Amino acid sequence: MKILVCVETRAARIEPVSLELLSAAHALAGAGQGSVEAFTLGIEPSVAGPQLAFVDTLVSVTGTSAYTPEAYGAAVLAAVRQRKPNIVLASYTPLGLDVAPALALRAGMALVGYCAELTLAESAVEASSQIYGGKLRARTRTPLPVVCVVTPGAYPEATAAGAFHGEIVEIAPPTAEPRMRIESETAPDASGVDLTKAERILCVGRGIGEKDNIAAAAEVASLLGAELAGSRPVVDSGWLPKARQVGKSGQKVKPKLYLCLGVSGAPEHIEGMKASELIIAVNTDAKAPIFDLAHYGATCDLLELLPSLEEILKAGV
Amino acid sequence: MIIAVILRLVPDANGDLEIGDSGTEIDREWIDLVLNEFDDQALEEAVLLKEASAAKVIALALAGEGVDRLLQTALARGADEACKIEHDLGDAVSSRAAAPILAAAVRGLGAEIVMTGVQTSEDLFGQLAPYLGASLDWPHLSAVGGVGLVEGMLKARQEQSGGRLVEYRISLPAVLGVQTASQPPRYVSGTKLRQAAGLPLKTLPADGDAGTNTAQIVSLEHPVRQGGAKMLDGSPTQVAQGIVDVLRQHALAKG
Repeated sequence: MKILVCVETRAARIEPVSLELLSAAHALAGAGQGSVEAFTLGIEPSVAGPQLAFVDTLVSVTGTSAYTPEAYGAAVLAAVRQRKPNIVLASYTPLGLDVAPALALRAGMALVGYCAELTLAESAVEASSQIYGGKLRARTRTPLPVVCVVTPGAYPEATAAGAFHGEIVEIAPPTAEPRMRIESETAPDASGVDLTKAERILCVGRGIGEKDNIAAAAEVASLLGAELAGSRPVVDSGWLPKARQVGKSGQKVKPKLYLCLGVSGAPEHIEGMKASELIIAVNTDAKAPIFDLAHYGATCDLLELLPSLEEILKAGV
Repeated sequence: MIIAVILRLVPDANGDLEIGDSGTEIDREWIDLVLNEFDDQALEEAVLLKEASAAKVIALALAGEGVDRLLQTALARGADEACKIEHDLGDAVSSRAAAPILAAAVRGLGAEIVMTGVQTSEDLFGQLAPYLGASLDWPHLSAVGGVGLVEGMLKARQEQSGGRLVEYRISLPAVLGVQTASQPPRYVSGTKLRQAAGLPLKTLPADGDAGTNTAQIVSLEHPVRQGGAKMLDGSPTQVAQGIVDVLRQHALAKG
């Protein structure tokens, strides 16, 4: 059993989501007496530090500075054709979204996505995946070879455990003319709010209904000494600025208080706030997945709740 | 220049989802189907690009219940043409199965840009944009917004974790998985929608074989609550008081 992990790097460091994939690979390999191979693009093999201690082989493609989905995809396809893994693990990230399906199609492998749990069963992978915004769980059984796309946060990050003693295999970068390039990168706007440092956050979701209702939530946030935040649909609707978005494509926060109103708790939102210390969720749908994670919950109408909260907080009783 | 925008109806994940007798798919008998939220963004971005560049937008969808109305709405929102593609893929279409058929339609229409939503809540076996890109052998980029044309190339901004934005230049033809349009999807009046209801739709035959997908759903289940929230019951006033009490217990009430 050979498992190849699509390692993502940034500034020559392994991304935390990739350390999670390495733990997943380690668990799978341990069960099947298999080997773990780590694929990297564009960085020197010297990245192989103690976090790769249990990696048997580092498959490294160097000699290219391009780090686009196209370049990564072509390089990992070359690696898969040469190394012939039974299982490829990729992360549910912007890069993984592009690389994994294209790899599966080109390499003739099956693909299963949104994986939260993976187990080996003879010559198949059994996966548990969250679909429909986390409302349902699909169990799948997929014959090898397979590409599994794993949801961030599903596995702990691999930690340093000795030194890397594995083999390093270097593969030449594919030579096709690139059809995409990175023009510029923009860091998040540091001048405004920084949700990652907020101790208290009040987050509104789709259930807030319309833009005019944001003001009532902002008033309660102010009375609580909390930063106002929104889930992706709220920000996409233009009701709150991007800097106030929590979740996969927004900020990852860990406040002492996370009060979320009208947020259903899709896995992409959970990814950004599950480290919060105290989570209170209000949503009219009693089956909303947010209630699995929240410490306290209520199913009342948040538009009726907000004036009551405002009144009580103002009265200070 | 032709922009093909691919639209899909998906079960409304905000409503109740019941599991069918097979135990491996949801019961679609009474379900509400809605435009995939990211396809909604893709349609808006396609129309914005058209308005900025004089391109032509063709809305494409696999035929099925509610699809005529979906496509007519796309016309009301600024698409120039709308086509439905006949197929025998069944109700729950995997992106992998659909990709070769949609790729053939895109080629047949002579499109140079394909936009669709970055994902759906049910694309368990992979997302459409990269499958289309690989099927067509075109470059593809997911999780994008801010699409434009610069010196004959596409520009697209990818949203990454932590609010980091990466702007790409991509040669045409290309496929984009759109996450967020440059402005919220436009409002269309009831009058305009009623006018669009009479507009003609083209029907295209399925060209090409469906993609194969060896992954199989063994079972579908409602997640079992593990622990979960302590529920605060009562009127909104009682719940508000309950929340403030919890904040006090945790020394989180202000002041």
